[in-house]
Amino acid sequence: MTTKEAFTAQVTLPSDTEVRVTRSFHAPRTLVWQAHTVPELAQRWLGYPGWSMPVCEMDVRPGGKYRWRWRSEENGQEFGFFGTFNEVSEPAKLSYDQYYDPGNFDSAMPLDNPTRIRSTYTEKNGITALVTVLDFGTKEARDAAVSTGMTDGMEASYQRLDALFAGEEGKQD
Amino acid sequence: MQASERLDLTFAALADPTRRAIMARLALGEASVAELAAPFNMSQPAISKHLKVLETAGLISTGQDANKRPRKIEGGPMQEAVAWLEDYRKFWERRYEALDELLGQMEAKPPKSKRERR
Repeated sequence: MTTKEAFTAQVTLPSDTEVRVTRSFHAPRTLVWQAHTVPELAQRWLGYPGWSMPVCEMDVRPGGKYRWRWRSEENGQEFGFFGTFNEVSEPAKLSYDQYYDPGNFDSAMPLDNPTRIRSTYTEKNGITALVTVLDFGTKEARDAAVSTGMTDGMEASYQRLDALFAGEEGKQD
Repeated sequence: MQASERLDLTFAALADPTRRAIMARLALGEASVAELAAPFNMSQPAISKHLKVLETAGLISTGQDANKRPRKIEGGPMQEAVAWLEDYRKFWERRYEALDELLGQMEAKPPKSKRERR
């Protein structure tokens, strides 16, 4: 285990409306695919620190619906995402629309336009590269999503910003 | 200026290979326009145009020396741009580390395929 290369996520901006997230995993792509598409498995990692995932429903076929919802362990507030699967080519390609479900949050995120998400899974020598492109439709929606790390609700449980800026400031002249 | 407008300016300024190369050079230390133009097959006025874009975005500034007028990097906007994406990247990285753990468990004990359709 300790000899394995540690992979890290890469984020790039391929266009004004998109974000691309790339990451490799030490696992065959059938497993990576299952971890994304079998609800009981997705529930175990598709989360936010400090939030449980009481709802994780997925009907993984073209036109099938899905619904994810998270609940704050601190105050019980909820938010989620829902949408429809478009392309389902197991275990290589998955694309779906995603709408934000603000739950009981006030949200600045647009609710009428879905984010279009396309993931490709490629395997080589037992390593799976996962490339996910999120197209937010407009630059404003893309920037807002990246700025908030995806939801307003996350702010409450993330101290990461403080830590990040504390670390960066030390380097400034 | 709003943080998002500053980011727009930063990314627009960096959406050009010459300007990125200039930033890479300035990351090593301040340099005059002539020094910056040297590695490029470009006139000094053409380089000056790029420098103006970078300066407007607040990415570089002009130093004290009145003769040399050296350009140098301003840390703020660059760090803001990097931090903006880095925060999002960390969000995904955290998730994917949890996925790494799950995949390790799945490999040790393959799940029974019981994917019922509704």
